[in-house]
Amino acid sequence: MTSYVLKSVSIVGGEPTDLLIADGVVAQIGQNLSGEQIVDGAGCIALPGLVDLHTHLREPGKEDAETVLSGSKAAAAGGFTSVHAMANTNPVADTAGVVEQVWRLGNEAGLVDVRPIGAVTKGLEGTTLAELGAMADSAAGVRVFSDDGKCVHDPIIMRRALEYVKAFDGVIAQHAQEPKLTDGAQMNEGIISGQLGLRGWPAVAEEAIIARDVLLASHVGARLHICHLSTAGSVEIIRWAKSRGINVTAEVTPHHLILTDELATSYNPVFKVNPPLRTQADVEAVREGLADGTIDIVATDHAPHPSQDKDCEWSAAAFGMTGLETALQVVHATMVKTGLITWAQVADRMSYAPAVIGRVATQGQAIAVGAPANITLFDPNAEVLIKAEHSVSASHNTPFAGYTLPGSVSATFFNGRPTVLDGKLV
Amino acid sequence: MKHLLSTADLSREEAILILDTANQLAQATGQGVGKLPPLRGRTVVNLFYEDSTRTRISFEAAAKRLSADVINFAAKGSSVSKGESLKDTALTLEAMGADAIVLRHGSSGAANTLAHSGWISGSVVNAGDGTHEHPTQALLDAYTLRRHLRSGQGDLAGATVTIVGDILHSRVARSNVHLLQTLGANVRLVAPPTLLPFGVDTWGAQISYNLDEALVGSDAVMMLRIQQERMNAAYFPTIHEYSQRYGLNQTRVNLMNEGAIVMHPGPMNRGVEITSEVADGPQSVIVEQVTNGVSVRMAVLYLMLGGNEARND
Amino acid sequence: MTHTQGRVVLDSADISRALTRLAHEIIERTQGAQNVTLMGIPTRGVALANRLAGRIGEIQGQPVPVGAIDVTMYRDDLRMRPARALLPTVIPEFGVEGRLVILVDDVLYSGRTIRAALDAISEHGRPEAVQLAVLVDRGHRELPIRADYVGKNLPTAKTETVQVQLAEHDDVDQIVIRQAS
Repeated sequence: MTSYVLKSVSIVGGEPTDLLIADGVVAQIGQNLSGEQIVDGAGCIALPGLVDLHTHLREPGKEDAETVLSGSKAAAAGGFTSVHAMANTNPVADTAGVVEQVWRLGNEAGLVDVRPIGAVTKGLEGTTLAELGAMADSAAGVRVFSDDGKCVHDPIIMRRALEYVKAFDGVIAQHAQEPKLTDGAQMNEGIISGQLGLRGWPAVAEEAIIARDVLLASHVGARLHICHLSTAGSVEIIRWAKSRGINVTAEVTPHHLILTDELATSYNPVFKVNPPLRTQADVEAVREGLADGTIDIVATDHAPHPSQDKDCEWSAAAFGMTGLETALQVVHATMVKTGLITWAQVADRMSYAPAVIGRVATQGQAIAVGAPANITLFDPNAEVLIKAEHSVSASHNTPFAGYTLPGSVSATFFNGRPTVLDGKLV
Repeated sequence: MKHLLSTADLSREEAILILDTANQLAQATGQGVGKLPPLRGRTVVNLFYEDSTRTRISFEAAAKRLSADVINFAAKGSSVSKGESLKDTALTLEAMGADAIVLRHGSSGAANTLAHSGWISGSVVNAGDGTHEHPTQALLDAYTLRRHLRSGQGDLAGATVTIVGDILHSRVARSNVHLLQTLGANVRLVAPPTLLPFGVDTWGAQISYNLDEALVGSDAVMMLRIQQERMNAAYFPTIHEYSQRYGLNQTRVNLMNEGAIVMHPGPMNRGVEITSEVADGPQSVIVEQVTNGVSVRMAVLYLMLGGNEARND
Repeated sequence: MTHTQGRVVLDSADISRALTRLAHEIIERTQGAQNVTLMGIPTRGVALANRLAGRIGEIQGQPVPVGAIDVTMYRDDLRMRPARALLPTVIPEFGVEGRLVILVDDVLYSGRTIRAALDAISEHGRPEAVQLAVLVDRGHRELPIRADYVGKNLPTAKTETVQVQLAEHDDVDQIVIRQAS
């Protein structure tokens, strides 16, 4: 394997130093190092390879939107070295067979560590548990289970699932959305939805489920993870739960750190997402929550859709935004440049902590001699005008089209091999 | 005016221009003149995804009286009902040379999507999109109000207009609230709490749950149709209770100011939101609203397509 | 093109004399204005038509029906500018069917406005005949149209503008010619 020396990089915000990658690990950290290939990292921040706990790779079943390969490319371009692939594929990933298929496709692509997520219930129908143990014992080694896309709304099913996965240190990742309060909902319920005549998705539909589930998790002594938390009220409930010692973790998406429901006024379905974009007050609350650790991680909820599912009137459009390629830029803009968190905390929120929640031993390790060389180089001084047609993902439904975002990924190393160099896929 | 998507886009001057133009056109047609020439050579397409014979015929009459060519594209029983997307239908109409598309669609924002998509180069008239807006209805309502309350001139400053019914799901209500306020009127909204949208208190209108109180001091009342489906979704317990609390009868009409008028966008549920006695009574202008609809739609089409602002100019 | 301040070529007294002469000419050539209906072309043609009707009515001792005919929708240059605001059309007593309609306008120039007025009038009926009375004829016809009654012939260059000001609209009666600057 070729060795690479990254010159003058700032490791999670520290003083510039050289970093030598050889034989798949970090071989040396110091000054004036040499190696077979030189990567100029002047001005760049070196982060541990990013780990996404929430991605939709769409394969099997919706390959016109994304495949494991194209999704892996998008992930690498965004500085990720591991992604967790959600189970709402077709067929649903509710058996050892399907999760092993996804795991194998990930290995063949060889660009990021693809960790399949298993469904909580068969077919995502919410009525009977899927074969959680079989999926855990499979070659895919599933530890995260989620019906994401849908809520495990039946309290007895949720209780059983929380208890059952304790046996193999699994975690249930809940998509919090009370279905009866959100029947036909199109966007956040607020002043804007009332004016636009779009059916509202009230914050209480998310908060009520989270409140119920943290109490359930506490009662049965299980760990719980909350997907894409989006409201100020949800942040407060998690904060309360943690203060009580309840073993709950939570994630926020990059788009919920910056975009609001005002964008729906254009009726452009690129802004249609579940959970919906909320108000400015919610944006500020989730930023604070991410800063003080109430929200543990950033997870993209990368949701690619083919153009016919977004090039239409709002109510006919699919929910979801892509996000792998712009995640680090958005976190930089909303959290680092604003002084809310440091680069060291970015490393925690986007690499160490997600790997711990997902129980991925080989990822999310601090950059140190001997650690696997999963490293992301980010140039914070670049400015990139985001263009939908330039997406690496097979889909182009990015809400940031036309925005200029600060910073760009200049290199990504996966187990010592570069997947991105000079800002481009290798 | 390239597109008419929402009354919120109209300034006071633009709204008055449309109403004044409707005056002139009403006079012209009233004088027994046949067709008027200004839209000769223009093609207007009625693209209706929802059944609405009355609105479609109104637009058709308006376009034809101005000598435009009219094409009716009823989405039912066409390629649309087989799942053709709005985009593909729009591209087809563009290829056929539509100068204006009058769109009625079940999705809020559909007219905005059509206008801003880049699929067509012509103009879009929103004839009702989901629960969002129905601007020509509000314009004909304002025209009717102006005729009766202000001798057909100027604006509606100082007039009090009360709108009653399912505000939450009403595109007519939304369009009227914007336009009436632009024209200086004082707007009151009356409904049970379940039928008022979140944030309605930011609309600038007076909100009331009590119809009798709201009618005192009103110069006009606009009754909205209540749909059976709303009862099944627990917005109110029974049609009977709704009618008792929010239905318009002669006793309630008598609470309004002298010379007040009764309006309804149609179609009416006689005996539910309005009694037959009131609907057919001397203060009702419900039938006149339909006539005014043609004049107002002629005015909109004339201002949109009668000059040099259409696709091929 | 912009124009300079301009010079007054007819003042209030000149206009009054011209209108009086026009009234007498109309009476003479229509054998007493028995079947005449005056139709002014908005905006200032209407004010002139009303004044003429007043003078004729005084002289004859009998009122002359007077109305307005808006030509906006019949113009041949509709597609050259955004849609124009419409002006009132008022058909007076007895209508136009079988009447001797005299169109009244302030300035006769290319003749296109009058061509549009003929189309507009024909929508309301078939006059026995149509004649044209104008306060000013400034030449440069682009169609075979001529006035029957002319208040003042004013040869002009195409770079000039002729503006008729009337007290009903402009506080003063005068005719002003301006040069392009």
